[in-house]
Amino acid sequence: MSKVEFNKETGPREVFCGLTSIVWLHRRMPDAFFLVVGSRTCAHLIQSAAGVMIFAEPRFGTAILEEKDLAGLADAHEELDRVVNDLIARRPEIKTLFLVGSCPSEVIKLDLATVAEKLNKRFLGQVRFVNYSGSGIETTFTQGEDGALKALIPLMESSNEEKLLLVGTLANNVEDRFKKIFRNLGISNIESFPPRQSTELPKIGKNTKVLLTQPYLGDTVRDLKHRGCEIISAPFPLGIEGSTKWFLSAAKAFKISELKVHEIISPLIDRAKLALESHKEILKGKRLFLLPESQLEISLARFLHNECEMDLIEVGTPYLNKDLMQEEINLLPDNTKIVEGQHVEKQLDRVRETNPDLVVCGMGLANPLEAEGISTKWSIEMVFSPIHGIDQAADLAGLFSKPLRRNQILTTKTLVTH
Amino acid sequence: MELTLWTYEGPPHVGAMRIASSMKDIHYVLHAPQGDTYADLLFTMIERRGQRPPVTYTTFQARDLGGDTAELVKKNIKEAVERFKPKTLLVGESCTAELIQDQPGALAKGMGFDMPIVNLELPAYSKKENWGASETFYQLTRTLLKEKVSSSEKISPLRWKESGRRPKVNILGPSLLGFRCRDDVIEIQRILSEQGIDTNVVAPLGASPNDIERLIDAEINICLYQEIAGASCEWLKRNFGMEYTNTIPIGIKNTIEFINEVHKKLDLPLTNKEELEHKSKLPWYSKSVDSNYLTGKRVFIFGDGTHSIAAAKIAKEELGFEVVGLGTYSREMARQLRATAKDLNVEALITNNYLEVEDAIKKTAPELVLGTQMERHSAKRLGIPCSVISTPMHVQDVPARYSPQMGWEGANVIFDDWVHPLMMGLEEHLIDMFKHDFEFVDGHQSHLGHTATKSEDFINPEEKKVKNNKEEIIWTESGRSELTKVPFFVRGKVKTNTEKYALLKGIPEISDETLYDAKAYFS
Repeated sequence: MSKVEFNKETGPREVFCGLTSIVWLHRRMPDAFFLVVGSRTCAHLIQSAAGVMIFAEPRFGTAILEEKDLAGLADAHEELDRVVNDLIARRPEIKTLFLVGSCPSEVIKLDLATVAEKLNKRFLGQVRFVNYSGSGIETTFTQGEDGALKALIPLMESSNEEKLLLVGTLANNVEDRFKKIFRNLGISNIESFPPRQSTELPKIGKNTKVLLTQPYLGDTVRDLKHRGCEIISAPFPLGIEGSTKWFLSAAKAFKISELKVHEIISPLIDRAKLALESHKEILKGKRLFLLPESQLEISLARFLHNECEMDLIEVGTPYLNKDLMQEEINLLPDNTKIVEGQHVEKQLDRVRETNPDLVVCGMGLANPLEAEGISTKWSIEMVFSPIHGIDQAADLAGLFSKPLRRNQILTTKTLVTH
Repeated sequence: MELTLWTYEGPPHVGAMRIASSMKDIHYVLHAPQGDTYADLLFTMIERRGQRPPVTYTTFQARDLGGDTAELVKKNIKEAVERFKPKTLLVGESCTAELIQDQPGALAKGMGFDMPIVNLELPAYSKKENWGASETFYQLTRTLLKEKVSSSEKISPLRWKESGRRPKVNILGPSLLGFRCRDDVIEIQRILSEQGIDTNVVAPLGASPNDIERLIDAEINICLYQEIAGASCEWLKRNFGMEYTNTIPIGIKNTIEFINEVHKKLDLPLTNKEELEHKSKLPWYSKSVDSNYLTGKRVFIFGDGTHSIAAAKIAKEELGFEVVGLGTYSREMARQLRATAKDLNVEALITNNYLEVEDAIKKTAPELVLGTQMERHSAKRLGIPCSVISTPMHVQDVPARYSPQMGWEGANVIFDDWVHPLMMGLEEHLIDMFKHDFEFVDGHQSHLGHTATKSEDFINPEEKKVKNNKEEIIWTESGRSELTKVPFFVRGKVKTNTEKYALLKGIPEISDETLYDAKAYFS
């Protein structure tokens, strides 16, 4: 095990809250609606992150609390009832409605679980209601998906059928690739959670082997364990190394030989290495600073160091679940500095002091750092782009090499002007 | 509780951030949970600002709620003051912090700082962004100037004469995330200086607390955006007697009226009155024969109060359009907009629900939509040309080039921005006319893209029957063929009208003759 340096920091943070994950969750399950019970701030946050205007009518919205809702909780419950009724009348195609708690709804202790229970009875057979919290006082950015998935687990029926369950939202094309590879390995029963239709929830039980695709699903994993599922311990499928180890771990759980795995994925690895070369040329020896946001930072650091030969200055992470991240931490180089939490001002001081070649950060910080002459990559792109798997390794590297390449193009003086 | 899928305005503390970020030497400590920092990206991504907004978020978490969140507030205030050394400190809370009632403003005032502290109380559950910006600017002005209220005499607009210098005015209201504010300020300053009038202070955009203290060195205030500066102008009038202008200089007529109003208030003779008509190309471009086809174009207008009201006047009086719909999301300006709508004999639409706006656009079947970025998207779906005239901001609304809305150059920009989508409409018309010629390349698209040419919707042979009010109306071959000859931009309307007519008259099949009958009936 590598000697990684763990630090904790508290203070003002520059991180999205869990509501933001609705942006990809609603796309994953086109028959679901996400109704945030919150404030105008919540509505404004989601529309700012999601580019809502491109939709004729989005499948997410906010029931905005008004002064009269704060006066009496009974009234607030009634009001929410009314909003839900209107919504279902307007969108009869909705099969699952997520009631999503927010900071204000948590603080006034609006009981969304009870509301969901009542609504489930009323709309039995038509719409299912589940609730979870995406509030910023409890969750960061990608943790919202953890809450949403955890909320669905009680709806999943039991089955002792042996299966591989991929847990965590993936881009559809990436998911299809993974399934094909697993089938080639001889694993035929593969399902995904979340599914592509909210009503087609996989059945789970003691012969379900869970393979995580994303590193931010701690609560979901715990509840799946309680339902008897076996959790396969593996790094995450980012980059060639992570993906290879991920496939090998799955294969081991299904008693498939390593040889077989290598036989299937070797050609993929060869061509991925080839594709990675041009990016590596740019990234090699460049110094990287990751600010906390998506919770993918540790896996990205591992990939960018081990496969692209970048030097790691600091790896920020919103929070650290050492159990889930153990396999990743083991792969990090010695003396990697991991910082859990954030004091954004102090962290930016360290960015300026260390003068990195590339900073991975949120959108609020990217242009200000660029203006100081520091190249950046916005972390939100990692959760919207297909980056998982061996075939995507070069694309993933490309996200980081592009800003550096651009910087080179723009600063090289090729035109002689007089 | 209000179901909101999209909102024209953010919460009031975002308005406060707009003021803080517009200014220098100010810092805003915002008691807020994790996640509220999303608002930073409005400034850094949409406005492409190279600086972070001067805001410290206390970032309280669930586990802090049982403990001492007030201590957390004080810690953040202390750190922010030490680090950023602001000349004035704004302290406030976002929606969630409002519920836990730590009163950060009062806490800050008890910490023994010697800088002015503005305690912002912005009710997040009843107010919105523009109100928050206006209130913040007002509270800031009041805090920095209140000590001078009693000692100073009423400011006469004629003071410049006594002092033997050029008159000085303040330009109030321009802010970040405001529509083309950056360029409007340049344009208005240019116009004023041509008239021999100096600008004393522009605020909040680019101003420091010291500049706010200097506001009373000017004779009058120019209220450029009532949404932001109305309350402050009124306070300065009440307490210092400073007059302010009401005319928003958008469009030629309003710009001339604005210049007149400024001169009148300052008692400054206007010497170049005749020249003013020729400062912008809009009047001549609008008069030139090429613009004949603009006559009576049906236009639907929706945006903030300031820009919608101005747009209605330009549309009607300067371009010869017919305003078929007018609305705003600015409830604070509803009264004024209603008055304008009444003059135009249309119903005013006051709403924050974009779906209602989209419905109103459908119903009025305009040929041009002037709206926000949201209306641009709605209009695109409906295949109607659109020009954006108002916030909420989009990265496209911060163009690299000089592109004001106000003054002479603003009028030029408006002519181009509103007419070019229609020019393309004419081009589309030509495409329709010539599409049966052999030279015509199938699939030619104008910039409006696929949605604009809706011919398929109407001539699709599969779609022989059109459901309408439960009764089935059949378009015959001749009817469909005649419909395709109608210019695309009125085709939807002709189709609806013909069907309405057929239903009314109990005609089961629509032929080419029915089309002409309907045309005559409705004309």
